[in-house]
Amino acid sequence: MSTLDTVPSTEDLPAAGRPKPKSSGGGFGRYLLVRFLLIFPTIFILVTLVFFLMRTTGDPITAAQGGRLGPEALAELRAAAGYDRPIIVQFLEYLGQIVTLNFGDTLTTNRPVVEVLATYGPATFELVFYSLIVAFVVGIPLGLFAAYYRDKPQDAVFRVLAIYWYAVPIFFAGLILKLIFSVWLKWLPVAGRASVGAELQMQALPNKTGFYTIDALMTGNPAVLGDVLAHVVLPATALGLLTAGIFLRLVRTNVIGTLATDYVDAARSRGVHEYRLLRKHAYRPALIPIITVIGLQIALLLSGAVLTETTFEWKGLGFILVEFIESRDYVAVQGIVVLLAIIVALTNFIVDIIAAFIDPRVRY
Amino acid sequence: MTAASVTQAPPRRRLRDRLPVLHQLRQSVGLQRGMLVAGLIMLGVFILCAIFAPLIAPYGFAQRADASGSFGTQQPPSPEHLFGTTVGGYDVLSRVVFGSQTAILVVIVAVTLSLFIGVALGLYGGYFGGWLDKVMVVVFDAIYAFPSLLLAIVLSIVISGGQSSLWGGVLAAGGSIIVVFIPQYFRVIRAETVRIKAEPFVESAKVLGASSTRIVFKHVFRNATRTLPLIITLNSAEAILTLAGLGYIGFGIEPTAAADWGYDLNKAQSDVTSGIWWTALYPGLAIVIAVLGIMLVGESLNDLADPRLRARRRVSQASGQVAETSVVPGGTLTAGPGGIDGLEDGETFDEHGIEVKR
Repeated sequence: MSTLDTVPSTEDLPAAGRPKPKSSGGGFGRYLLVRFLLIFPTIFILVTLVFFLMRTTGDPITAAQGGRLGPEALAELRAAAGYDRPIIVQFLEYLGQIVTLNFGDTLTTNRPVVEVLATYGPATFELVFYSLIVAFVVGIPLGLFAAYYRDKPQDAVFRVLAIYWYAVPIFFAGLILKLIFSVWLKWLPVAGRASVGAELQMQALPNKTGFYTIDALMTGNPAVLGDVLAHVVLPATALGLLTAGIFLRLVRTNVIGTLATDYVDAARSRGVHEYRLLRKHAYRPALIPIITVIGLQIALLLSGAVLTETTFEWKGLGFILVEFIESRDYVAVQGIVVLLAIIVALTNFIVDIIAAFIDPRVRY
Repeated sequence: MTAASVTQAPPRRRLRDRLPVLHQLRQSVGLQRGMLVAGLIMLGVFILCAIFAPLIAPYGFAQRADASGSFGTQQPPSPEHLFGTTVGGYDVLSRVVFGSQTAILVVIVAVTLSLFIGVALGLYGGYFGGWLDKVMVVVFDAIYAFPSLLLAIVLSIVISGGQSSLWGGVLAAGGSIIVVFIPQYFRVIRAETVRIKAEPFVESAKVLGASSTRIVFKHVFRNATRTLPLIITLNSAEAILTLAGLGYIGFGIEPTAAADWGYDLNKAQSDVTSGIWWTALYPGLAIVIAVLGIMLVGESLNDLADPRLRARRRVSQASGQVAETSVVPGGTLTAGPGGIDGLEDGETFDEHGIEVKR
């Protein structure tokens, strides 16, 4: 997604299904309702799209078993799974399943896709969470610096840096980080979410969550927590720097914009120092667009998570998705893709609501 | 044309001022010029590699042995193989060079097709409206919010069934990128069309009896294209990254069919763990150079077209009319929390385009 060069504002961010501004009336409740109802067409369109695209090449059984089984055995399997019925019937049945949150069973492991999500989802969530932290910690201060030194050499350095972070493919960044810090310097672990010993301790927990940070805390063993955190550093950095670049640019543009407003001018004329203007006056309003843009970032981060997880053998949804692709289990692939689409739609909704709550101008 | 009107017309700019990139190069200064020059050099290397790949590359992309025998696998860089050899026994340098051909092919296919389709649909939707327009807006918004790599994966499965020849791979990557890009062109062109449709000159064309087709292509389209160059550069970069991403997760083009940087990086994963750096470093650097080159050029051209972004004397003098550039979503500088107007507007320049300190 080319979100790099886009500077969304609180006023007009046409995210999926955002209602077009028509009247200035309508309160928060009405906005919330309209925005909520708009999730459904979005999800419906994506489910339909993915379903029919995946079926244009044939059914999943043929894809998985084609060539390995004789035509009769294949036809039998297809009939058993219901793939010989008219496609519209299959589609309606699929929609019915989605409504009841049944995303089908995987062909290879014969587990419900929802269960796969429950097993691998926390890992992806953790990865995305930590990379957002990296993005905030790196992107926002650098964006402030760039705005403070605008049009000076320092600013140019930061801007080129932001473009560079975007131009480097996440997996390449991951491979290089791994090569330097794990293989050559041996500072950090090569791959995985925790070392075997720590993983065993966490598995032994009675009420484990799958979120390794929480599990590690529950073991009460600082060594386990340290181990988990050491494993997260490289993947989160590889994934987070991409978003950090976007945050940097966003903060820079918005802070420069805010520094030129009348109320900042007024403060400036009272003799407030430029540094204080930046920190006290221009900083906070410039953060609102960041909240809005996180919604768009989620889609980008999930794409990135697939690549990062493959690089670092991080056993999350992306990792398992690639495994399902390799074993041609397209029921599982379709299930995971649709699930992620729903997650993205819901996240966008929540982020929009938060943005509207913070900044009333969004509500139209 | 009478003599009087000739004297009133602005002096015709010299040829070197009118050539697209050259003009911007001349009007840029300092760091801006540095960025543009660096981008042009990287882009040039990328394009030259693609055109002259057979001359530059010491071996073929699918070659594993020459007269003196097999290349050997995972050989470190040596005079015979400057970048070493891969786990499959290919020459890394040759594959890196030939990979630029595949990348450029995908860029051309993806950008051309999505440009044509997206612009056509955007013009239609923006000008005529109707239920089809509404459907397109909703559908494209949904696609836009979707993680693009996942969509690319689905389309790759559809188009090539996962494994691919050169054209299968190019079309799979290109096709999936097209579907992701069409919404972007659609949005931008549609928004512009809706805006331009209300302009008086469209109305006068209607009054004069011009057909809708003529109005759309002559009056609307010509005026709606100013944001396209920036999106094209962004999408070209995006196309290369998507191709590499698809290759990396296993939808690459078979090594015998074409050189694919993403495929090579996929195969290099296990090498990295055992400290073999050359199989991952060089294809990765090739991606970085290609993408960075395109993005630096696009970024600089965008800045130079919009003096509000870069306040410099020569720029504002030479750039003439200001075109506000807005890309999906939101637009470049349409608004900060404080609104657009305070942001280095015309008041900071005097009539000679010299920056006025406040």
